[in-house]
Amino acid sequence: MPAHHYLNDGYGIKSWLLTRDHKRIALLYLAGVTFFFFVGGAFAVLIRLELATPAGDLVSDETYNKLFTMHGVMMVFFFLIPAIPAVLGNFLVPIMIGAKDLAFPKLNLASWYIYMVGGMFTLYALISGGVDTGWTFYTPFSTVSSTTNVIPTALGIFVTGFSSILTGLNFIVTMHKMRAPGMTWFRMPLFLWSTYATSVINVLGTPVIAITIALIAVERIFHFGFFDPRFGGDPVLFQHLFWFYSHPAVYIMVLPAMGVVSELVAAGCRKEVFGYKFVAFASLAIAVLGFLVWGHHMFVAGESVYSALIFSILSFLVAIPSAVKVFNWTATMYRGSVSWETPMLYAYGFIGLFTIGGLTGLFLAAVGVDVHVTDTYFIIAHFHYIMVGGTIMGYLGGLHFWWPKISGRLYNESLAKLSAGIIFIGFNLTFFPQFVVGYLGMPRRYHAYPPDFQVLNVLSSAGASILGVGYLIPMIYLMWSLRYGRAAGSNPWGAVGLEWTTPSPPPTENFEQMPVVKWEPYDYPALKKVEHRLV
Amino acid sequence: MSTDAPHAHPSSSTRIYYVIFVVLLVCTYLTWQVAYFDLGRLNTIVALGIAGVKATLVVWFFMHARSSPRLIWLVAFGGLLWLAILLGLTSADYLTR
Amino acid sequence: MSSHGSRALAHQFEDLDQQREVSSLGMWLFLVTEILFFGGLFLVYSIYRGWYPEAFAASSHELIVWAGTLNTVVLITSSLTVVLAVHAAQTGHRRALIALLLATIALGCVFLGVKAYEYRTEYLEHHVPGMGFQFEPEYFLHAQIFFSLYFIMTALHALHMIIGLGIMSVMVWMSWRGDITPEYYNPIEVSGLYWHFVDIVWIFLFPLLYLIGRHVH
Repeated sequence: MPAHHYLNDGYGIKSWLLTRDHKRIALLYLAGVTFFFFVGGAFAVLIRLELATPAGDLVSDETYNKLFTMHGVMMVFFFLIPAIPAVLGNFLVPIMIGAKDLAFPKLNLASWYIYMVGGMFTLYALISGGVDTGWTFYTPFSTVSSTTNVIPTALGIFVTGFSSILTGLNFIVTMHKMRAPGMTWFRMPLFLWSTYATSVINVLGTPVIAITIALIAVERIFHFGFFDPRFGGDPVLFQHLFWFYSHPAVYIMVLPAMGVVSELVAAGCRKEVFGYKFVAFASLAIAVLGFLVWGHHMFVAGESVYSALIFSILSFLVAIPSAVKVFNWTATMYRGSVSWETPMLYAYGFIGLFTIGGLTGLFLAAVGVDVHVTDTYFIIAHFHYIMVGGTIMGYLGGLHFWWPKISGRLYNESLAKLSAGIIFIGFNLTFFPQFVVGYLGMPRRYHAYPPDFQVLNVLSSAGASILGVGYLIPMIYLMWSLRYGRAAGSNPWGAVGLEWTTPSPPPTENFEQMPVVKWEPYDYPALKKVEHRLV
Repeated sequence: MSTDAPHAHPSSSTRIYYVIFVVLLVCTYLTWQVAYFDLGRLNTIVALGIAGVKATLVVWFFMHARSSPRLIWLVAFGGLLWLAILLGLTSADYLTR
Repeated sequence: MSSHGSRALAHQFEDLDQQREVSSLGMWLFLVTEILFFGGLFLVYSIYRGWYPEAFAASSHELIVWAGTLNTVVLITSSLTVVLAVHAAQTGHRRALIALLLATIALGCVFLGVKAYEYRTEYLEHHVPGMGFQFEPEYFLHAQIFFSLYFIMTALHALHMIIGLGIMSVMVWMSWRGDITPEYYNPIEVSGLYWHFVDIVWIFLFPLLYLIGRHVH
């Protein structure tokens, strides 16, 4: 371990809470997202407990409405959207481009505070009575009929949205203006391309959910009637506004994970990613196309048939760049020196599970199929395959891959492999039965169901408990490694990338000497020849 | 360090700002007066058109877009394009109901 | 480079040029988020105007046109003072800079004053939805949608104006202290960008809210 690094550069709570170091801010976010993940997870546990039996016997239906709402709100807005960009992105973006920090370090710290304030606000709303509208806040129920804490929740989400906007803005400016000499766009690691695309979505989309959720609060307070049919308002207009952001939001969740997978696959196969430029442009294409498909959430909501047709076609199109990525990762693995270390296990898991989730998305893009399975567990299984099987696996893979860089320590590989296996098994057991039970007709957001569906639900709940265990174990061994883990050295994986040329943990200014980049990304053959990259 | 277009040098004369200012005032007067004539659907188009001209003048001259790097143009254009997507694709629903 | 210049350089940047480009790009990106933020409201407006054209025209008729027009002129003038202020900063004319910033603030206050007068009048005429709203029965329901939009959009705009006044006040303070030099004038430039954006929003709000169906009677 180096003598001076960012973790021991100043002690005490003030040096953390008033830090401007992007690496420390990343760790502040790590604490925050982990906390909110377990809050959201707790609601999931209660949901699966209730659904283990057909009767709605654990909680009342009003309470159940609150459980799935709060699970969704916590997971979407306070875990999935921020996690990879704010934790891994914050830590890695400056280092990967060879800069000392982001363009706006103070704004970065402010983003964290905004995130935490929004989170605490929403948490307060949840504790003091909860919300029952579903994370989608459909009107006029959310604006007129619901008697729960809609306004504080809306306010919390509104506030946290600015955290995403400012982080996205910070990343875009940093990548345009602060790359080290020689670090051209096409020498950047693919994680940065994905982060850039994600940031573009954050900047363009989040303001729309902000105004939409503000309108919900305004409607509840002033009863203006924008989305209330009694006043001549249109509830579907709310859905247009809501999904304009919330569909791209799912790409905010998955693109960074894809970026991580690109890094993991390259390092795990000791090979440059096949079709680098295709993967880079695919990230941008996903970001752009992702904004054009939101109406596929509204096929049965009352939008016109012609509009549904347009959105359906566009939804088929958006699968193409994702498929390009999957093909290219697979092609990278072909004839690569494939390793089985934990981060790579998560990457391979991602590729398989994201493919399943993505393919089921194609079924849903077809209006005829969607009309049959919308608002059933098929939808739930679809998005959990992507968000949990995809994003969370990507997140965990990235966390493990860069953990030695972040902490300077190695974690226990056997325990890590074990957890990855438990998570994979638990995940599939939880969510695969949901495809079946959804197709058979079990509606979502219901806490009671016909007894015929019980077997599948019990399988799902059993899987959830296994999954929960799988998530808890890394908490333990990662924390343990902070104290007792072996020193990692600057490049424990033998990977190519600027972050692996600096000590673990890095110094506060990231590099002892600011780098000048002279090599192409993933230049594994060259790595074998040269020992030291920095002149 | 970036190698984008060189930074804006202050224009030696501020005359252009006063010219644009007068044009903006004239446009305002026009848009106000035209509103009193019944042009049917054209009323809205003219009103938005004049507003668009005014906004473009402010962006191009007052916000120094004309001497800003291409990246800034891309950013500004991107924002407008996305607004157009929001308005346009939503209208695709409302216009075909 | 003046001693002010090196003191103004943040540690993550190579030089003042990079810093200036960064702050400019950052503000433009932020303004894009504002386009989308207001854009949501413009969407709601455009849908309901399409659905209820007569109610919207009748409601728009009740707004105080001279106030809206005056405010448009006021804001356009303030954009002029702002761009002249940036020029003064670039050329090192500190006193002109401060005077122009103060003029901008004054114009902003005039805008808000006129707005306050309008709001008060509209309140007294019972045109505030949810506060004893009254309107001709034929358009009663849909006029409320118009006025709701009017109040939300102008209030959000006014909020941005107030923030703008705060920003300009900080700029006055920085200029007074001598922090602004020909090498380091980005705060003025970037504040100016924000101010112009607020002007542009009003440029669209004015015809869309005040000038619908003015030709009727």
